[in-house]
Amino acid sequence: MTEFAQQVVAGLASGSIYATLALAIVIIYRSTGVVNFAQGELATFTTFIAWTLVDHGVGYWGAFALTVLIAFAAGVALERVVVRPVEGGPVLTVVMLTIGLFILLGGLSNWIWKAEVRSFPPNRPFPTSTWDLGGVAISKQDLGILGVTLGLVVLLYLLFQYTKLGLALRAAALNPAASRLVGVRVGWMLALGWGLAAAIGAVAGLFTAAASPPLDPNMMRPILIYAFAAAVLGGLESPIGAIVGGLALGVLLNLVVTYDTHLHLELDRLRLPIAFLVILTVLLVRPAGLLGRAVVRRV
Amino acid sequence: MPLLELDGVDARYGPVQVLHGVSLDVGEGEVVAVLGGNGAGKTTTLRAISGLVAQSGEIRLDGERIGGSAPERVARLGIAHVPEGRGIFGELSVLDNLRLGAYLRRNGFAPGYERVRGYFPWLEERRDQQAGTLSGGEQQMLALARALMARPRLLLLDEPSLGLAPIIVRELFRIVGELNEKEGLTVLVVEQNAKLALRSSSRAYVLEAGRVALEGPSGELAENESVRKAYLGY
Amino acid sequence: MSRLAAVRGVATALALAAGVVAIFLAPRWVSDIKLAQMGVYFIALLGLNIVTGYTGQISLGHSAFMAIGGYTTAILVADHGVRDLWTIPLAGLVAGVAGFLVGLPALRLSGLYLALATFGLAVAMPDLLRWDKLESLTKGGQAIQLFNSPALTGKGFENVDLLGHSVTFTRAVDYLTWTVAIVLLVVAWLLLRGAPGRAFRAVRDSEVAAISSGVNIAAYKTLAFAISAAYAGIAGSLLVIAVAFADPQSFPAKLSLTLLVGVVVAGLGSLWGVVAGAAFIQFLPDVAVHFSKAQGVPDTVYGAALILIVLVLPTGVAGGLHRALTSLTSRLYTRS
Repeated sequence: MTEFAQQVVAGLASGSIYATLALAIVIIYRSTGVVNFAQGELATFTTFIAWTLVDHGVGYWGAFALTVLIAFAAGVALERVVVRPVEGGPVLTVVMLTIGLFILLGGLSNWIWKAEVRSFPPNRPFPTSTWDLGGVAISKQDLGILGVTLGLVVLLYLLFQYTKLGLALRAAALNPAASRLVGVRVGWMLALGWGLAAAIGAVAGLFTAAASPPLDPNMMRPILIYAFAAAVLGGLESPIGAIVGGLALGVLLNLVVTYDTHLHLELDRLRLPIAFLVILTVLLVRPAGLLGRAVVRRV
Repeated sequence: MPLLELDGVDARYGPVQVLHGVSLDVGEGEVVAVLGGNGAGKTTTLRAISGLVAQSGEIRLDGERIGGSAPERVARLGIAHVPEGRGIFGELSVLDNLRLGAYLRRNGFAPGYERVRGYFPWLEERRDQQAGTLSGGEQQMLALARALMARPRLLLLDEPSLGLAPIIVRELFRIVGELNEKEGLTVLVVEQNAKLALRSSSRAYVLEAGRVALEGPSGELAENESVRKAYLGY
Repeated sequence: MSRLAAVRGVATALALAAGVVAIFLAPRWVSDIKLAQMGVYFIALLGLNIVTGYTGQISLGHSAFMAIGGYTTAILVADHGVRDLWTIPLAGLVAGVAGFLVGLPALRLSGLYLALATFGLAVAMPDLLRWDKLESLTKGGQAIQLFNSPALTGKGFENVDLLGHSVTFTRAVDYLTWTVAIVLLVVAWLLLRGAPGRAFRAVRDSEVAAISSGVNIAAYKTLAFAISAAYAGIAGSLLVIAVAFADPQSFPAKLSLTLLVGVVVAGLGSLWGVVAGAAFIQFLPDVAVHFSKAQGVPDTVYGAALILIVLVLPTGVAGGLHRALTSLTSRLYTRS
């Protein structure tokens, strides 16, 4: 039983990171209708910026905060400069643009920082101690990550559901033309969506580097797939769904792999294919995901 | 000075010019109709005012030039546009649609909502319903209600009767008339249903191929048989 | 035959002839293996263009089909001694069936969701190939070596006898690849000219209109997937023959993205641009290396190029050329 609980806890820990990146993906989708393939690479890039700051003497937490702000600005800038011209155009065009960003940012990260082994944060400012809860070890770091992730989603939920700004963000994504007519500055709403997503992605990247060292340019590649699976599972439109999806996926993957010892299917190599199956199954069976709303349209 | 003036307005969609030197004006407190057949440029006229289409020429609101402004700014200046096809947010609730209508209001949502409920009492019980699941007539009413939430100085109505049953259309125009009489709301309405529009307005313009072919008091236009036959189809 | 059609026919024949000549001359300046790889990309891009450019279904999963084709060839040659040349159509067939199977669920997905799902497939494939349970078939993470297999033409990289001339193995592979490429180009051209091509385009432009004109959407969409997967499979097969081994690293998810870049550079829905697209993705890393030998530079340029093309020249090379040509020819025609 403790084994089971331990695996669940471990699954929640890895799942919170998937959830955070999934949250970023959902924010952009919700505010611009676009799935940003470059979300992971952008997170990597900003994490490297944080590393550079620390390398130049800035304290870890200061760098953390500064990076989140920089990421926000970068997201806004990206949307205004690169994405704006093709918004409203065919889906394929925007997909290709974000794929272009994926390739570009990945290349830049490799080029600027190279693939040396670094651990980040250096000197471990994250607490390493663990609590023992009935035989199950829970690390403070994992708890902290989970806590921040939950906090983020609560904030975002409040933003979208209860503030005027959140309503404007939603409206701008759903019907830009009608939004303009009621006075919403659609352009800035879209930019805001990208900025928020980039900031959240930066947090995901920083967590990833802390939880699974080392920091390397390709670290977010698999995480991106897990985040997609989490977002789709939870419902691409639902921030809460992203969290639920992420945690569920983390736990699922861990349990499947652990209990595979009985099945002997060597499933630990198949984490990514399993994530793919999740994506495929959800999209085919219930595209709105667990918490998304199946949209009804009267024709 | 009229509230709204269009002076020699051209408008184009890409390389195609749709309006040729359209001039019209709407006085404060008036209900003015823009009539004409399909493709005459009626909708384009409203879109030019709202900044949704590329245009040249002069458009003035209360003497101030607004031509070429972005739609967000035009809304900010007090013009509420109910577009063709209603332009509601189908995936959002009725309440959220109304909240968006009040987006620009400084004093919040409540005052506008009170007023709108007076004209559309049924909205209250449907407030959580997804707007896309309302019937066509209800959606049109919602669109109008949303426009009113902003307490506009000028209401632009684009083909409100499109696709609606006559009884609903009559009710719609009745409400518009009431808004105009009781609150002095200025209205510019584009309509294919010329008969109804002429009955509900004080003046009218008839567009043909992007130009103003005819203008005058609605009563006169309605009585003039040759005008009716030539331009209005009845 | 109208003058326009005649001009087009002549131009096409000339272009093909020029292409054949180019294939013979190119090895003077460029290495055989690079040309062969360009040919591989060319074939894969043809296929991807059919499903994405013509039929409008975004696929980010074509590296997986290449893998299927490549591994089919590898397994048949190394384990079963099948002559490599015969495995090429087999690889296409197996990959085509896989494409059909993928095309079925793809019917329910569109646009973004299809891109997501196919990307997942591309990412999953290398891990699937490394799966211990399939090790007997795929040798897990290790490469399947074809080098000394007797079924490989030019086994051990000996010279090959080609119509009486003795050519190096790599030259033979180069010619083989481009011969297949030209054959497949003609097949694609015939296909797209005819009813299937019109149906594909109808599906892309408006599904509703297509359905009401009686086009069987489902059939054509899955057909497009199957055909494009077959092409990718053949491309994968040729790749494996060219390098004489197959391993999961040869077919990473990135390859799917690279193919997409190629299709966009070519110009979606254009066969002619595919040459430019293939050249672009094959030779760009070589060009980029001149700027800097650092890792990550080619990707930076790929990414920047993709973004620039999407923003500035969305119809790709072919579209740009087409515009230039039409303005030229329209001037010719206003005379008469």
